[in-house]
Amino acid sequence: MEELKLYTYIAVFGTFALYFAIAWWARAGSTSDFYVAGGGITPLQNGMAIGADWMSAASFISMAGMIAFMGYGGSVFLMGWTGGYVLLAMLLAPYMRKHGKFTVPEFIFDRYYSKTARIVAVVCLIIASLTYIIGQMKGVGVAFSRFLEVDYGLGLGIGMFVVWVYAVLGGMKGITYTQIAQYVVMIFAYTIPAVFISLQLTGNPIPQLGLGSTLADGSGVYLLDKLDMVVTDLGFKEYTTANLGGGLNMFAYTMSLMIGTAGLPHVIMRFFTVPSVQAARQSAGYALVFIGLLYTVAPAVGAMARLNLMNTIEPTAGQNLEYAERPQWFKDWEQTGLLKYEDKNGDGKIQYTADKATNEMIKVDRDIMVLANPAIANLPNWVIALVAAGGLAAALSTAAGLLLAISSSISHDLMKGVLTPDLSEKNELLAGRVVMTIAILISGYLGLNPPGFAAGTVALAFGLAASSIFPALMMGIFSKKMSGKAAVTGMIAGIGVTMLYVFQHKGIMFIPGTSFLGDMGKDWFFGISPNAFGSVGALVNFAVAFAMLKVTGPAPAHIQEMVENMRVPGTVSAAHDH
Amino acid sequence: MEENKEAYWQENLRLIFICLAIWFVVSFGLGLLLVEPLNEFRLGGYKLGFWFAQQGSIYSFLGLIFWYGAKMNKLDKKYHAES
Repeated sequence: MEELKLYTYIAVFGTFALYFAIAWWARAGSTSDFYVAGGGITPLQNGMAIGADWMSAASFISMAGMIAFMGYGGSVFLMGWTGGYVLLAMLLAPYMRKHGKFTVPEFIFDRYYSKTARIVAVVCLIIASLTYIIGQMKGVGVAFSRFLEVDYGLGLGIGMFVVWVYAVLGGMKGITYTQIAQYVVMIFAYTIPAVFISLQLTGNPIPQLGLGSTLADGSGVYLLDKLDMVVTDLGFKEYTTANLGGGLNMFAYTMSLMIGTAGLPHVIMRFFTVPSVQAARQSAGYALVFIGLLYTVAPAVGAMARLNLMNTIEPTAGQNLEYAERPQWFKDWEQTGLLKYEDKNGDGKIQYTADKATNEMIKVDRDIMVLANPAIANLPNWVIALVAAGGLAAALSTAAGLLLAISSSISHDLMKGVLTPDLSEKNELLAGRVVMTIAILISGYLGLNPPGFAAGTVALAFGLAASSIFPALMMGIFSKKMSGKAAVTGMIAGIGVTMLYVFQHKGIMFIPGTSFLGDMGKDWFFGISPNAFGSVGALVNFAVAFAMLKVTGPAPAHIQEMVENMRVPGTVSAAHDH
Repeated sequence: MEENKEAYWQENLRLIFICLAIWFVVSFGLGLLLVEPLNEFRLGGYKLGFWFAQQGSIYSFLGLIFWYGAKMNKLDKKYHAES
């Protein structure tokens, strides 16, 4: 067996064995263990687990590639997916922890004293989480098929089995401890190649500083200036100023991702696992430390990978690479179909330009930028093996968190809360495990037969979280008068506007040909893309809810009192200075 | 008792307002709205506006969360409100 494959098997199955061992050690014995890990996770542990939970296959595999091709425009993802933690730390997490329940729909039910509200929340949660899981399952399949040359379906099956063992056995407790291990695997797998590449290109081992340094080739030119020059020479937009659909679109997009992040139930749930309000605030800080570590390295990975790619194809201006002399990684990725070359002018060389008529790199999938990065930079085989294990850790840890969110919303909110309130704790725990098994099977099926609309669904997940869940939770805490009926009307209006906008431009349920307005910039409302519309939906939600509040009158006195208690960590007594 | 709860909440709201103002300025302000004029300045090889959008905003978010947490811990002590 070749060396690379051997290392990859060791890295992948070694980490799987570790996850199993942790799951056995941390298996759940009660519903409290299963839903909130017994409430005994420390802020540091929780921060790491949130990091793994949050950073999905998309963050690990795709984000740096998106930045590589979007340049400055990719900033919306960097700011959007980190800025949400500021909102979580100040507007939601501490108060929801104080209230002390197991799930997000349960919080909404208590606050809005309405089963309708709870069911709306469950439906949003399931749609948002399921669409998210499809991406993770695809990530698992791709990682297996590319790195171990295992059939895509078999790879997916192995991934499903691994998640099933530790998520079903351990519940939140098992998931939390495996996520901590997965975070460590993931961050090493991400930063080690970045450190090597930064050293090669700039002589600075810290990628965040390397990105702002001069090149190590003795030219004294800054890396970013060189990149700007190389891409504009070939007709691409300047890297450091390339815009993403105009200023208003970037603004709305960033805002949607921020409030969407703060409203995603599988992230909020993690704040219920710590012992106190103070620990909840602290967890958000630690979470952003661990997330920020990857997110501040990602722009360096993106820019450096783009420069390396350009330099490989055109080592000096006008001297293009002969196709016959292309490196091994080029051949490997051609086989997967993620990289495609067509010799349009018949000169046997590779021309890569922004002009569609003469460009011969007819496909460069953005995912390659992370997956092939170590090979493009000629890094040792063990680094490539580590990237495989890291990609799998990213996908599996996020999938587990999402599965728990789905299973708890069904066993705890739908069954125990609405349909069969006399369910015993033992049976609720069993139901949680059965539901999770079913959810794994459904998501595995969807990963194997990804529906045609899978690509558009991330917009839907963030749109739903931003336009329905975030405003409902925030008003529940900051407006003690907000009534149940007004909040439910607001949620439905927010979802309605967002879904209508996404569907009218992307097709009803994303079915091609059913979009009744075109999917082009000129058709968009003030140039805001469907992916960025969640923030507009949230505004509609707030406006409708406050207007309806005038009609319904304020929430009953006992609810207002509950909100007042939520706002303070313990029992408050007269202020005095120490 | 009730007045104390209200006083605690008002102090918290004031802190949140300050933090979110900074949150808005470092990301939407310096990283998006004012990016062009800021790009005239440089931080090493980074154009300054670009740096805020891809690095500086994230470091600021981090500082904000920890600063808010520390201030709130003090507030909890002042009102004997530790949980």
